[in-house]
Amino acid sequence: MSADGAALGERLRAGDLQAAPAALNLLESTTEDDREQSRALLREVSPAALGGEAKAHVIGVTGPPGAGKSTLLSTLVRAWRHDGRTVAVLAVDPSSRLSGGSLLGDRARLDVDPSDRGVLIRSTAAGERPGGLAAATRAAAQALAAAFDVVVIETVGVGQAETEVAEVADTVAVVVQPGSGDVLQFLKAGIMEIPDVLVVTKADLGRIATRTRRDVSAALRSLGCGRVPVLAVSSLPPVTGIDELVGALDEHRGGLDLASRRLAARREGALTDFALQYGEWGLRALGGRRAARSLLAEQDPGLETPALVEVLERGLPR
Amino acid sequence: MMRTYAGHSTAKASNELFRRNLEKGQVGLSVAFDLPTQTGYDPDDELARGEVGKVGVPISHRGDMAALMEGIPLAEMNTSMTINATAAWLLALYIVVAEEQGVPQESLQGTTQNDIIKEFLARGTYAFPPAPSMRLIADMIAYTVEHVPRWNPINICSYHLQEAGATPVQEIAYAISNAIAVLDAARERIGEGPDGQGGKRMEEVFGRISFFVNAGVRFIEEHAKLRAMATLWEQLGRERYGVSDPRHLRFRYGVQVNSLGLTEAQPENNVQRIVLETLAVTLGRDARARAIQLPAWNEALGLPRPWDQQWSLRIQQVLAYETDILEYPDIFEGSKVMEGLVEELLEGARAEIAVVAEHGGAVEAVPYMKGALVDSHRERIRRIESGEQVVVGQNRFTESEVSPLTADAEGGILVIDPAVEAEQIDDVRRWRSERDQGAVDEALSALARAARDEEGRENLMIPTIAAARAGATTGEWARTLREVFGSYRAPTGVGEAAAAAGDGDLDELRGEVGRLQERLGRRPKILVGKPGLDGHSNGAEQIALRARDSGMDVVYEGIRLTPSQIAASALQEGVHVIGLSILSGSHRKLIPAVIDALHQAGVAAPVVVGGIIPEQDVPLLESAGVAAVYTPKDFDINRIMRDIVALVGSDSANGSSSNGAA
Repeated sequence: MSADGAALGERLRAGDLQAAPAALNLLESTTEDDREQSRALLREVSPAALGGEAKAHVIGVTGPPGAGKSTLLSTLVRAWRHDGRTVAVLAVDPSSRLSGGSLLGDRARLDVDPSDRGVLIRSTAAGERPGGLAAATRAAAQALAAAFDVVVIETVGVGQAETEVAEVADTVAVVVQPGSGDVLQFLKAGIMEIPDVLVVTKADLGRIATRTRRDVSAALRSLGCGRVPVLAVSSLPPVTGIDELVGALDEHRGGLDLASRRLAARREGALTDFALQYGEWGLRALGGRRAARSLLAEQDPGLETPALVEVLERGLPR
Repeated sequence: MMRTYAGHSTAKASNELFRRNLEKGQVGLSVAFDLPTQTGYDPDDELARGEVGKVGVPISHRGDMAALMEGIPLAEMNTSMTINATAAWLLALYIVVAEEQGVPQESLQGTTQNDIIKEFLARGTYAFPPAPSMRLIADMIAYTVEHVPRWNPINICSYHLQEAGATPVQEIAYAISNAIAVLDAARERIGEGPDGQGGKRMEEVFGRISFFVNAGVRFIEEHAKLRAMATLWEQLGRERYGVSDPRHLRFRYGVQVNSLGLTEAQPENNVQRIVLETLAVTLGRDARARAIQLPAWNEALGLPRPWDQQWSLRIQQVLAYETDILEYPDIFEGSKVMEGLVEELLEGARAEIAVVAEHGGAVEAVPYMKGALVDSHRERIRRIESGEQVVVGQNRFTESEVSPLTADAEGGILVIDPAVEAEQIDDVRRWRSERDQGAVDEALSALARAARDEEGRENLMIPTIAAARAGATTGEWARTLREVFGSYRAPTGVGEAAAAAGDGDLDELRGEVGRLQERLGRRPKILVGKPGLDGHSNGAEQIALRARDSGMDVVYEGIRLTPSQIAASALQEGVHVIGLSILSGSHRKLIPAVIDALHQAGVAAPVVVGGIIPEQDVPLLESAGVAAVYTPKDFDINRIMRDIVALVGSDSANGSSSNGAA
């Protein structure tokens, strides 16, 4: 028996954080009944239902394995909680290609108070596409954004990863550790999208951290992106740079045209979901990607992603 | 030297046990501490629940240490303490109690295990992150070499690596790499010294380092392993640390023979396994153990009783006093076969030591080594499951007459009185209320100051001894350092482990999981949790890996979780089933506590339990709401997975938890 999607959506809209686990279970499910209920849930947290964009700051945190993302996140979550903000973390782990199963290990590395009901951590498997976000993760971020103050999507990788995250996040932070030359090369070669904030971890390492920070800043300047903030943080005691990072994230969000970024995210997300389900054939049937985009652009800006997918589906030959 | 590893319940009860053992002819003491003491928590801490007095004696302050050593002349005693993360603290308590007995620290003899790297890799009783842990070890070495010169400040353990699945090559390589990390840290700490005698002191330090190894039932190869270690050790001393005195270059080791190979099925067979394993460390004189501890035959069933331990001591006495083993020079000298075996192990070990060095040394290589151990252990389990490796009574020759040994009411094991925990909680609270609080606060802030100094100008042993003298508790000492050093979770090794290639049975299992997924609408998700302070995570890791390999999503957070942490994870992650692993004997209290926390969180997913669970405890767990209990005799993990698939399937059919809590 399916959970009542509309009721869960209403609870999230009312700021009931306790509704989140059941909402996530529903959004991840692929049975026909559950998908129906998921659409009902997302309708309840659509901008049309909310009377505007969801309140949360949706932040993508991405970077290569070992860069210190989890330690950094633990410290960030503590700082946000200290400010009284509620936080949801969606931690995306890669799946085994052999068995389809996955070890969701990130939760272990996030050190937060288990009795704190203002924090939710949910591990999810990346799903079929390497480096990609499962459709359920994007839906989850949109749903949780109605109830939490901050929603973090944490993914592993550099290159494809931050592009995927950018599809749904308001702000993308790329995390690198001192001495990681790859990120520098990716930036220069244009393989990597320019992030909104760049974080160099392990500042306690001293000179090598300072040098990495300088090199990354120089690379960004040479690409004409000298305004992207590059911050050095140390999550080990004495913790340094976290307040500055919290400030830089807030500042980026403050400078955004949120409504148009989110609208673009929903429309691109709908296109991705549609393409995943119907493939190139489906896109061609609509007259190609461009035609699909202009069809989406004509729709009510308050519509949620599944409703937009339905719009595209209506364009398919019967 | 013959000892049995002992200690339980309370300091007073353990003191009586020590005195009895000394009367029976045992030389020296080997102290087992309970898990809260080993990890730096007082008995009234939430994490200590169910663990107080279980696997050893609780020591919270100098009053407990005084009671433990009452009537035992410390000037004549050789005391070995199995203590690691909190070794500096327990040594400080020992020094202070000796001082009260009028015995100066200069004359104390004994060993603190104090090997933190193997805690990160295998045993799990760490308290602080790697770097400050190594600083504590270096400080202890520098302190003892000067002030407690007859003390062995560290015992490099390869024992636990084999328990975690290490092959002989891995056991040698990781133990030697570990020793290099410790010796390098000590060399840096000791430096040249104000008197310019640093080099001489390093020679002393090298000579003070002993090993604690394992011996498995393949006793010829195991003997070769020890000869290989001796060769590598001598070479390391000469080449890396400039040691020339042959006395200091000798490879000294104590041993506890293998527990991993001891079975719950037909446990009487463990006696002959123990005897054969003992031969591995005694046969050849050139690589003979200095001290031997034997496990009890019924270790896989629960906590051994004094009589079980006496049996183990008698095995050693028969070997030493009845056989002719001690009457010959090295019997393998000139053996081509033995030499060839040793050469082969040396070659493998040198290559693996080089890999660890490439990772930046043993501290940096912890995740690499952990992953490698998890892989080896998985391979071992696969061989046993497939019958390639024979385990008599477990996967072959399994028919048995009824055993008279396990027929008595308690099933042949010792049960700790649950009142002990309440008693210890009262005791530590009374202690705190009766001491000079001002002196304690001052001592702890001096400790924090010394710890905060990144250059480490003051040896941490000095404020630690002062805090012991002032009456601080184990929990307070550790908390003070945790606040400065930060807390730490060791890598679980499962993320690094490669995916298993499918075999027929696994493929079939994947099919079953796939069908369940279609019914659930989501991939079956399992939470594997280790409640309490027990750090023995091999079983949990193998369950987590197999669950992933059979196609489930697995949430595994490693060791040392409180019931509320497990409940929060189960709720937030929306898992379909929860697997709990526990080996410390605290299941009677902890499992119901976890189930309680799950109910409070509104999680209805079924719970299964694995570990060392005596048969008579199964009904208790089942009435608390546990769906199934697995013990070491359930070695076929695919079968456990099938049970779990069926359990989740029937649970979702009842509609109770497919979508967790609403």
